[in-house]
Amino acid sequence: MLTHNSVPGAFRNSLYSWSGCGDLDRLRGEVNRLFSAGSAFPALNVWSNDEEAIVKAELPGFEPADIEIALEGRTLNLSGSRELEEVKEGEKLYHRERRTGKFSRSLKLPVGVDADKVTAEFRNGVLSIALPRAAEHKPKKVEVKTS
Amino acid sequence: MNPTEALQKTETRSAKKAFSPRTDIYETDEAIVLRADLPGVDEASLDITLAANRLEIYAAPEPREVQGYNLAHCEYGGGDYERSFVLPDKVDGEKVDAALSNGVLELRLPKKEGAAARRIPVAGGK
Repeated sequence: MLTHNSVPGAFRNSLYSWSGCGDLDRLRGEVNRLFSAGSAFPALNVWSNDEEAIVKAELPGFEPADIEIALEGRTLNLSGSRELEEVKEGEKLYHRERRTGKFSRSLKLPVGVDADKVTAEFRNGVLSIALPRAAEHKPKKVEVKTS
Repeated sequence: MNPTEALQKTETRSAKKAFSPRTDIYETDEAIVLRADLPGVDEASLDITLAANRLEIYAAPEPREVQGYNLAHCEYGGGDYERSFVLPDKVDGEKVDAALSNGVLELRLPKKEGAAARRIPVAGGK
């Protein structure tokens, strides 16, 4: 799991078959969770095709205004904060499992994106950032000529 | 629903991979309040049942895969959400109030009238 930095091969075509994450990723995720409870929030999934990549993050309870997305060269920075409702005088807290506070993650994109065309959508607590590939990073077909 | 139907329902549900949503629970003077993180869930895919004092939250969010794209990096998998809670007797099941916003479910479970602790004076003695 990436703590800060790179998503190796984020645009590479993937070998995963979708039944959730690949087993190795899941194992890595579990191990990471054991050692560092706070480091990888939110969990990110990256989808890609020849045209663009889509970064998805689960951010329940956030408002679009609480989320900041910045693109610096090939680095996508995601940050924000969520304050949970405070427990008032006379109220009893039984369970607190939901995360609170600030988060910040960045991921390095292996190919350039067209920064002007990046769009983001937030629906039902899920953030989707669409990052179109820069024209020079789109796959090109090479014709093989016979001599 | 007869018992067989209930059993089938349980079986179909548990056959799928389900996640237990992170939940906060606290109690105010009037109610027990429960907030659960259910990212990707909308009203239509959420099912809340209350039978006797057992509250069950079940949600089947829209599939997380994106058609026409390959998964290039993965940190969370797909699946449903499922979690149940046993409620204390003082909750009035008839008046449960549920609201869903930005992927967070808030359930407000009002306490029964007169359920608040009452001090009982001890009569007698000299």
